[in-house]
Amino acid sequence: MSLPDAERLLADLAAQMRPHVTPETGLIGLHTGGAWLAERLHALLGVSVPLGTLDVSFHRDDYAQRGLARDARASSIPFDVGGRPLILVDDVLHTGRTVRAALNELFDYGRPTRVELAVLIDRGGRQLPIAPTYCAARLELADNERVKLATDDGVLSLRLVQE
Amino acid sequence: MARNPQLNKHGELQHLLTTEGLPRDVITRILDTAEPFTVVAEREVKKLPLLRGKSVFNLFFENSTRTRTTFEIAAKRLSADVINLNISTSSTNKGETLLDTVDNLAAMQADMFVVRHASSGAPYLIAQHLEATGRDHIHVINAGDGRHAHPTQGLLDVYTIRHYKRDFTQLSVAIVGDILHSRVARSQIHALTTLGVPDLRVIAPKTLLPGDLDRLGCRVFHDLKEGLRGVDVVMMLRLQNERMQGSLLPSPQEYFKFFGLTEEKLALAKPDAIVLHPGPMNRGVEIDSAVADGHQAVILPQVTFGIAVRMAVMAMLAGGNA
Repeated sequence: MSLPDAERLLADLAAQMRPHVTPETGLIGLHTGGAWLAERLHALLGVSVPLGTLDVSFHRDDYAQRGLARDARASSIPFDVGGRPLILVDDVLHTGRTVRAALNELFDYGRPTRVELAVLIDRGGRQLPIAPTYCAARLELADNERVKLATDDGVLSLRLVQE
Repeated sequence: MARNPQLNKHGELQHLLTTEGLPRDVITRILDTAEPFTVVAEREVKKLPLLRGKSVFNLFFENSTRTRTTFEIAAKRLSADVINLNISTSSTNKGETLLDTVDNLAAMQADMFVVRHASSGAPYLIAQHLEATGRDHIHVINAGDGRHAHPTQGLLDVYTIRHYKRDFTQLSVAIVGDILHSRVARSQIHALTTLGVPDLRVIAPKTLLPGDLDRLGCRVFHDLKEGLRGVDVVMMLRLQNERMQGSLLPSPQEYFKFFGLTEEKLALAKPDAIVLHPGPMNRGVEIDSAVADGHQAVILPQVTFGIAVRMAVMAMLAGGNA
C-alpha cells in the first residue's frame, strides 16, 4: 500500500485549522509523533501561545496490564489552559484511548473553554466515542499494521509497520 | 544462583528491599521514571491516577515522621488510599507477631506495604511470607530496616547527584559520618558503586566504621580534610545519638571539631561540590549552619526529589500485574 506524503497532509491539515485558530488558541501535541506534528503546525499557523506537549503515560488505561511505559516524559504546558480554546494534535487516531487519556490529564491543568482534535491520519478502529475535528486523511489498515510518523530535521514522513 | 528477591521472573521490580544487587538498568529506570514526576507538583491538580483504588499501608514499627510523610505524599499524589499504622504504639504491644499483623492487613485488601522496622531483614521477611503464601500481588517497600538498608533514601540521593552532576563515571564522592549505624550509607554505597562511581570514599572515626568497607569498594579515611580533597559530592550522615551504645564518641563537641563539615573544610572539595544530608540535621554536630544554609547545600531539593523517587518506585511496582 502506498502511503500519502506527510508534508502534503500537513499543509492540508494546516489549511483546515487556519480559519479556526484565534490569538487565544493553544496547541498541545501528544508525545511523540503528535508533538513533532504540533511543532510544525505551531510554526505554519503562526500561533502566538507557546506550544504545549502531553505525555499520557501516567494516564493510560492499560497501566494495570502493561505497567508503566519505559520512556515516560514530563508533560509541559507553558500557558494557562483555563478559559482558553485548545487543539490537541496527534499523528494517528486509532482506538481513541490515547485521546481519552490526554483529555483526563488536560483537565488537571485547568478548565479550557473548548477542546478540539487535529490528526494527520484517522485509521478507524475506534473503541471510544471520539472523533477528530480536523483530519487530513483516512486510511484503511489491517489489524496488524501501523502507520508511524517520522521526522528528519522537522521534515515529516510516514512509514508502514507490520506487527 | 538464587533469584533476586526484589525482581519477578521477568526481571521487573516486585519489591524494593535494598539497593544491593539491584541491576543498573533497574536503578536507572527508577531515576528516569522519577523525572517526569517532579513536575506534577506544579500543576493545578497535583495528582496522577496510577494508584487509584489501591491501598498503601505505611507500617512503621519505628517512628519516623518525615519518611512516613514523604511516602504518604507520594502515594497520595498517585491517588492511592493511604493508611498509616504506627505500630510502635499498637498491636505488637499486645503481643501480635509481625507476620500476623501482615496477614491481618492483607485480609483488608492491602496492595502495598511500606515498612520501617528496627530489625534488619523485617521487610524481606514480609516479602518472603507474601510470596510463600501466594500473595505476590502485594508489594513491599523497605522504608528503613535496622542497620541494613534504606533504599529509597539511597535512590533519592543518587537522583540528586545525577540532577546536578549528570555523569556518575567521572565523580569523586565522599560519605561522611556514622557509617557503622547507617543503613542510609549502605544503600548509598551500593547504588553509587552499581552506577559506576570510580572514587568512593568514606570518612569517619574508627569507632563509627564497620569492618567490611573494603569489600564494598570504598576508600577509607579517618581525617575529614584529607578525605574531602577534590571531591565532587559530599554526603553527610546524621550522627545517630539514639543508636549510640556505650561511648563510641567522647562528645558531640569533639565530634564537630574533627568531623563536622564547616565552610573551611568544604573549601578543600571542588569549588562546585554539592553537599547532601538525609535529615534531620544536627547543626553544630555533623554540619555547620553556614554549610547547611550555604549555596552548595542541596538538602532541600533532596526532600523534593525524594517524593518523585518514591512515586516512581510505587508506580513501577503497582503496574503490570494483571
